[in-house]
Amino acid sequence: MSAITDRIDACKAEGRAALVGYLPVGYPDVDTSLEAMRVFVEAGCDIVEVGPPYSDPVLDGPVIQHAAAIALEGGVRVDDAFRAVSVVAQAGAVPVIMAYANLMLSRGWERFATDLVAAGGAGVITPDLTPDASPEWIAAARAAEVDTIFLTAPSTTRERMQLTADASRGFVYATSLMGVTGERASVGDAAADVVARTREAGAERVCVGLGVSTGRQAAEVARFADGVIVGSAFVKAMGDAGDLKALRVKVEELAAGVRGEA
Amino acid sequence: MTGSLQSAPGPFFGEFGGRFVPEALMAALDELTDAYDKARVDPAFSEELERLARDYTGRPSIITEVPRFAAHAGGARVFLKREDLNHSGSHKINNVLGQALLTKRIGKKRVIAETGAGQHGVATATAAALMDLECVIYMGEEDTERQALNVARMRLLGAEVIPVATGTRTLRDAINEAFRDWVANVETTNYVFGTAAGPHPFPAMVRDFQRVISVESREQMLALGGLPDAVLACVGGGSNAIGSFDAYLDDTDVRLIGCEAAGDGVETGRHAATLTGGRPGILHGSMSYILQDDEGQTQPSHSISAGLDYPGVGPEHTWLSSIGRAEYWPVTDAEAMDAFRLLTRTEGIMPAIESAHALAGAIRLGTELGPDATLLVTLSGRGDKDVEQAARWFDMFPGEDA
Repeated sequence: MSAITDRIDACKAEGRAALVGYLPVGYPDVDTSLEAMRVFVEAGCDIVEVGPPYSDPVLDGPVIQHAAAIALEGGVRVDDAFRAVSVVAQAGAVPVIMAYANLMLSRGWERFATDLVAAGGAGVITPDLTPDASPEWIAAARAAEVDTIFLTAPSTTRERMQLTADASRGFVYATSLMGVTGERASVGDAAADVVARTREAGAERVCVGLGVSTGRQAAEVARFADGVIVGSAFVKAMGDAGDLKALRVKVEELAAGVRGEA
Repeated sequence: MTGSLQSAPGPFFGEFGGRFVPEALMAALDELTDAYDKARVDPAFSEELERLARDYTGRPSIITEVPRFAAHAGGARVFLKREDLNHSGSHKINNVLGQALLTKRIGKKRVIAETGAGQHGVATATAAALMDLECVIYMGEEDTERQALNVARMRLLGAEVIPVATGTRTLRDAINEAFRDWVANVETTNYVFGTAAGPHPFPAMVRDFQRVISVESREQMLALGGLPDAVLACVGGGSNAIGSFDAYLDDTDVRLIGCEAAGDGVETGRHAATLTGGRPGILHGSMSYILQDDEGQTQPSHSISAGLDYPGVGPEHTWLSSIGRAEYWPVTDAEAMDAFRLLTRTEGIMPAIESAHALAGAIRLGTELGPDATLLVTLSGRGDKDVEQAARWFDMFPGEDA
């Protein structure tokens, strides 16, 4: 049991899915992004996924690539992600980090885990690190009691579903489609199937990400998933101008969605 | 007894290599690994690849001794392995034909590839035309500008060329974009990776397809009187170098020297000499050396040569460097361009600017070792694509007289 599982279970007890919001720290600048983290929590995110921007984000589409590039140009540091984690924890949501592997390796697997705990964070989502590729990370995370959140995809085989479900803690991140982050007109049938297959492999909590951008889509996904992960739509709502009002409206829309109110 | 270093199977070379990719790609990489493992022991596959190498590429490539060039390299004997004479103009075709055949075997109809200088893109477009595959090439926008002729070549061959405008607008961003395409289209699409880097099985597979360079050259050199004292090749990702080295790995008296692009000089920070100026990290699917800042953000690389302008390097090179079996030397833009002009003027052979880095290494080594030395340099590609850039470097365009 962890802060993440407790929160997801609490949402479940309310008869709804959890809302997981993603934001790259430093977009459009560090201070605004920290403010945005608070807006996330006030407007209804249960779990906030803080992204330290990375120079080569292969699993991200144009919206998040753009945000990451602006943040890096602005001089954002990985330390800023840990600051954002503290802000989220103080605001009352559960903070996790979504980090590309080289940022973790460069800091050191153990230090990354202990710094996260010190900041009040609960887990790490690793988009380019699968369980079989990361024994050092898993060991460091277990020692620090940090949840390891791995991904499954429509292409994931039965054996790999098993591997991923076994190695994940907190929840499993099921990607709804084959592709990178970004908005899609509809969330396809693949999403329900990935969630079902992830559950069959023994995962108790499965959240769905990639392509969800509207309250209606969130409501649809909330019927079969324990949590709905939204990133690009929030980044786009805030925009380069850092429009926190627009962000709040968008988060509220998605928060209503996970409650089936869309 | 120590085992052979040749043809190391991966996924790890020492502590380098592996497979660090999104889960969505793992099934495709497993499928590719299985297909390759079956193909490599299937005589029908080897025969088809050998037939294409002979009747299409024009293999074996010849060895040319270059005495007038060598007079400027300490009087050492210098031989060139002429990959520039391959059909489509570089060593890249060796790898591409293998991977295109493999694409047919796994029943996919579409190939994607990244390209820096355009050599791998041209080779992939060539193989796609030959084998009736849909072909999309990702190329950094800056590279499409400095290698416009190769963009046109790819388009003439029927490929779609997509300029990549994100990040540094070079090879590294083209690879990112190709990976994004692959994640979305993996069911129909095979990624024909151009260099001996990336996630397993690419480093070992690309090395195997390029190994023909050293297998041939070793026999050719023996027939000419003996093994060389050193084999030199340029290193970006490192596919021509690893192919040039592999058959010599157990010949401990043969020095293996990879020439990295030092751009304006390693000390200036504007370079692409990854093994000289980098440290261990994960980029594009494998653990190797990369040019990165103190937090692990990839640093922009710089080289006059688009094909070497890459902030990573294949994991097997990092391993060979770490165990001391191969040496990696930085060669600046200026040294490479001097070697480019020297070979062109003394021998009537215009090298690719990439390959000119290896020639510059040979000048340095020959000067050090003197007339008793025998050096073998892989001329990985021809310089036609670089004429405009070289003419600008040497102020040879009309109206640009100094």
